[in-house]
Amino acid sequence: MCGAEVISKVEAAWRVLDQVPDPEVPAISVRDLGIVRDVLLGDDGDLTIVVTPTYSGCPATEVINQSITDALAEAGLGPARVELRRAPAWTTDWISEAGREKLRAYGIAPPGPALAEGEQPIRFMARAPAIACPRCGSQQTERLSAFGSTACKSLYRCIACREPFEHFKPI
Amino acid sequence: MTASIQLQHSPRLTHLLRIADTALIQAQRLSEWCGHAPILEEDIALTNISLDLIGQTRGLLTHAGQLHAQGGGAAFDEDQLAFLRDERDYRNLTMAELPRGDFAFTVLRNLFLGTWLKLQWERLRDSSDAELAAIAGKALKEARYHQQHAADWVLRLADGTDESRQRVQAALAQLARYIPELFADDAADQAASANGWGPARTALREAWEAEVTAVFSECGLTLPAATKFVSTASNGVHTEHMGRILAEMQYLQRAYPNGVW
Repeated sequence: MCGAEVISKVEAAWRVLDQVPDPEVPAISVRDLGIVRDVLLGDDGDLTIVVTPTYSGCPATEVINQSITDALAEAGLGPARVELRRAPAWTTDWISEAGREKLRAYGIAPPGPALAEGEQPIRFMARAPAIACPRCGSQQTERLSAFGSTACKSLYRCIACREPFEHFKPI
Repeated sequence: MTASIQLQHSPRLTHLLRIADTALIQAQRLSEWCGHAPILEEDIALTNISLDLIGQTRGLLTHAGQLHAQGGGAAFDEDQLAFLRDERDYRNLTMAELPRGDFAFTVLRNLFLGTWLKLQWERLRDSSDAELAAIAGKALKEARYHQQHAADWVLRLADGTDESRQRVQAALAQLARYIPELFADDAADQAASANGWGPARTALREAWEAEVTAVFSECGLTLPAATKFVSTASNGVHTEHMGRILAEMQYLQRAYPNGVW
């Protein structure tokens, strides 16, 4: 094992989580998405993965939990369990820089900064800040709907290249 | 056999169920648009909002089941509470259970209930109940999008064609009498306020009227004066529409108890 890096079980688990794809946006891992909040090693040697949900009604939650325990078991790090942590609430600000680039390359415009906390005036016919087309880079885009194929995305169209695309909306 | 479950009501449970059941029944009504909305984007939007509301409900009902057990009652899970209660044990606002109506009715109700829920979540973030505060922290982010979406559509329809404006006004006339219940006050409200679980409904009125009026004033609509009539679904006394919703919502669990897929 000359030269082999000795890493802790927790670090090994983080590396495995780097490879567990989000089931709805498989271009990025659950770690890139920022939903894995902690990896804990219990006295019994078992791992606990602390996960926060993206949306209250995200139907992928159970699949994500299963993917995590399966991947850790496959890597010989099981048994592991997944624990839900609601607070603080997940924000798209927790998506990693690498994750944002992967989203763009996959054809999904990454989110800008999430709304600041506090009072929000109601805006009419909201004109969100220009979202660059992930295909051609044009800022000439228009929002078709705030709600898209999954809870976390909205629908856009590029006026320059005419391609529709999705935007990971800031939350 | 899986029979109906019976609840032991308490002010705390009532306070929680008013929010949970309003979200649940509103979600059920919105889901009726699946495959029927006027355009594809709206079909997706309304069912997305429904999904968010169901997710919020799941957290709230799970919590309600735990509180029920702590209060000496049986330990019920989210599914039992959603699918096996009798009508009189639901505590949703009456407005949520009204038939889905046309698209104008739907978006105006979304504005009214969406604003009410958003204001609840804002205040529930400071709840003395940590689990409720955590659910609210997440739900608020979603509720802002729901309110925005409804406000955009109310403005577009009220400021649109003669037909669309007439439909919004008809919807307003239908919904007006159910508004006072949003701000009714009773023992559960007072207990919620005194114990810091959340705001009494009366405490939401001023902000709700200000936010709805902000939308209405952009398109020449006026909030009608409050009537003396106060609807009562949030006390368990429902309209005739509730039975039909439950018949559809509960059908599978009633016909095939404990069925899963």
